[in-house]
Amino acid sequence: MRIALQMAVSEDDMITREDVEHIGWLASIKIEDEEKDELVKHFNSILDYFHQLDEVDTDQVEPTYRVVDLDNIFREDKAFGSLTQEQALQNAPRRENGYFKSPRIV
Amino acid sequence: MIMLSQLRDELRGAGSEEYLAGLFEKIKRSRINGFTTLAEESALEEARKYDRNPGNGRLAGVPIAIKECISTRGIETNCSSNILRGYIPPYDAHVIERLKAEGAIIMGKTNMDEFAMGTSTETSCFGPTRNPWDTDCVPGGSSGGSAAVVAGGEAPAALGSDTGGSVRCPASFCGIVGLKPTYGLVSRYGLVAYANSLEQIGPLTHTVQDTALLMEIIAGHDPRDSTSAGLKSCSFLAGLHDGVSGMKIGIPGEYFGEGVDERVEKAVWDGIHTLEGLGATWQAVSLPHTRYALAAYYVVAMSEASSNLARFDGLRYGLRVGEDKDWHTTFSAIRAQGFGPEVKRRVLLGTYALSAGYYGRYYLKALKVRTLIKQDFLRAFQQVDVLASPTMPIPAFRIGERINDPLSLYMADVFTVPINLAGVPAISVPCGFAGRLPIGLQLIGPHFGEATVMKAAQAFEAATAYHERSPEVA
Repeated sequence: MRIALQMAVSEDDMITREDVEHIGWLASIKIEDEEKDELVKHFNSILDYFHQLDEVDTDQVEPTYRVVDLDNIFREDKAFGSLTQEQALQNAPRRENGYFKSPRIV
Repeated sequence: MIMLSQLRDELRGAGSEEYLAGLFEKIKRSRINGFTTLAEESALEEARKYDRNPGNGRLAGVPIAIKECISTRGIETNCSSNILRGYIPPYDAHVIERLKAEGAIIMGKTNMDEFAMGTSTETSCFGPTRNPWDTDCVPGGSSGGSAAVVAGGEAPAALGSDTGGSVRCPASFCGIVGLKPTYGLVSRYGLVAYANSLEQIGPLTHTVQDTALLMEIIAGHDPRDSTSAGLKSCSFLAGLHDGVSGMKIGIPGEYFGEGVDERVEKAVWDGIHTLEGLGATWQAVSLPHTRYALAAYYVVAMSEASSNLARFDGLRYGLRVGEDKDWHTTFSAIRAQGFGPEVKRRVLLGTYALSAGYYGRYYLKALKVRTLIKQDFLRAFQQVDVLASPTMPIPAFRIGERINDPLSLYMADVFTVPINLAGVPAISVPCGFAGRLPIGLQLIGPHFGEATVMKAAQAFEAATAYHERSPEVA
């Protein structure tokens, strides 16, 4: 399967049914045909609202990734307790021989 | 209404089990739908333990309600989402460890918007919670269950989480006190992440003093949260009653006027004048980038959500459906079935905002606007000690009124989200009524200015009686 990681950047910025399907693929959420029209409608109205950010001049502004400055955090290189194998697996819906059971990867 | 410290003293010596059993009876008859899981057996056992030997804990034998997204060892924690139904955490969140160390009893989990994404507690997989003041209205969100059970007399206090107003909004709509702490003051260890650069756990209580007590217990450094602030003073009760004489209050013009319900605006101004009568002064200030906060907030929150919620794949916990096929088909089916419509919208839009070609336009742009919003607050706090505004532009709205129009629901968060973008603390205290429905006054402080914010809130509460009213449903 070909994976297009780049959205096709459209001229008019309008989200289409095809875009919604592709975003669903990127997000690993299957989207049913009957959901698409409403998603298109909501996405376009919300994105239209987001576009007011374009009015703000941010050329000389640094982004804020974290809001309160922190120094590097270090800790003692000492081992401490963690979950047991049983605890780690207790919520797994499918498991086998003490492992999580995943769907086929390749 | 009884304060937590009083309740603890009254329960001392064999009162805890009876009190808790009474609450469970009341909850079972309730129409509020505030609780999702009751930890009846373990809580009553704990209560009996404290009745035999109360110990010295500051909350010995006092039951506390906990929002569905805060991990509680042995008690289901599902974020009110079908994708996480049945998940039993093998460990306690930091705040739960702290509460238990002071003798608090975890009585159950409270309803919320699915993964805290909402302003009304209507997106929960357990159905909406009702506002105890008018059961046709929403309690606010996303910590609507926590606020409604406290307001409705089903729990003496609760914890919620606040990503864009999720503690303050329901506190305002339900007529109680709610605090969003400075980012980093309360450990997020064990809080199921929605938008981790924005969210904090905070108390929902009847009085400011109860909030100060809970903050003394839950705040403080935790090495398991890498964004936990270093050692900060967590003494909030000592100066709580010092009053507001000489305190400078800033009134941001952008938080008043168009779009604000007249009754809300009047109640908030009355509140400001009450503080003035107690010796504070007020002056106009400007937070000029306020109008961009909502868009910046939703871009950041949705982007972080799309990354955080990638962990729900049905491998380690949560829903798994049908026969396993290839991984992408399997995960896509699980997530399609497990997530509700609002969670899907936010994860999908966040995925879009972070995708190659759009990252700079949406996510990076929003982070730059976030810088400007934070600078607005830093500038304002060079002039004044606290800011005062409405918590919400409107009183509680009717269940079903806005849920089908996501953008109109987002708009209700206009005065709460800037605070999370800036990372500063803010409290909502009851300041009036619009008909039957409560109105909240928001007091905002500089980073780690909780003590000042709570001191102002305490002075206001002591001079008014709004917090003493209870809804008739209780």
